[in-house]
Amino acid sequence: MKILYFAWLRERLNRGEEEVSPPAEVVTISDLIDWLASRDEAFAHAVAKRSLIRAAVDARLVPHDAAIAGAKVVALFPPMTGG
Amino acid sequence: MPVRVTTAPFDPGAETNAFLAAGQGAGAAVTFTGVVRSTAEDPVTSLTLECYPELAINQLEAILAEAIARFELVAASVIHRYGKLAPGEPIVQVMTLSPHRAAAFRGAEFLMDYLKTDAPFWKQESGPEGTIWVAPREEDDSARARWS
Repeated sequence: MKILYFAWLRERLNRGEEEVSPPAEVVTISDLIDWLASRDEAFAHAVAKRSLIRAAVDARLVPHDAAIAGAKVVALFPPMTGG
Repeated sequence: MPVRVTTAPFDPGAETNAFLAAGQGAGAAVTFTGVVRSTAEDPVTSLTLECYPELAINQLEAILAEAIARFELVAASVIHRYGKLAPGEPIVQVMTLSPHRAAAFRGAEFLMDYLKTDAPFWKQESGPEGTIWVAPREEDDSARARWS
């Protein structure tokens, strides 16, 4: 699946997207964040405060306990500041 | 086109006129335009908005549908820019149309409160002190919370 990053999360990771293949035990957004953090120290630091991370699956906003099964694109980003 | 997410500048007056022209004499129309702020105390040289367009369109369409249903609006529309903007440039415009003014005002306020916290845009402000990501404001969260 493809992962997109936005705003300061993108800057801190130094990439706007990446292609990943999480193992079967990665079921939810929360699992995915844990798994990505376990592979990459910079990522672990950037998402240390989980309440600051929002998520979308295939361009739909979802909570951290949402399943990622079948997702083509997962996006992770800080709180939005629109308007 | 009730939702537009674009890097192109827009003309607030022309957009309002087009919205009114399609308005079928509903009675009350409200337009709110948000522009890039720069003050003497807090000077800004530019504001850059990052956006996730696919999600922005989905979110804005959902927020618009909710506003139309909740306030029984005849029509509503949102234009939101992203990219690099100069002080004074329009960022966002919401327009509502209703038989009476209360619903038109409230609908526009609801739309603005929701899109502050629920539309995937991220503001980066540049000024004499450098460039910073604009932090979400607690007032914006409480403004949104009062509608639920």
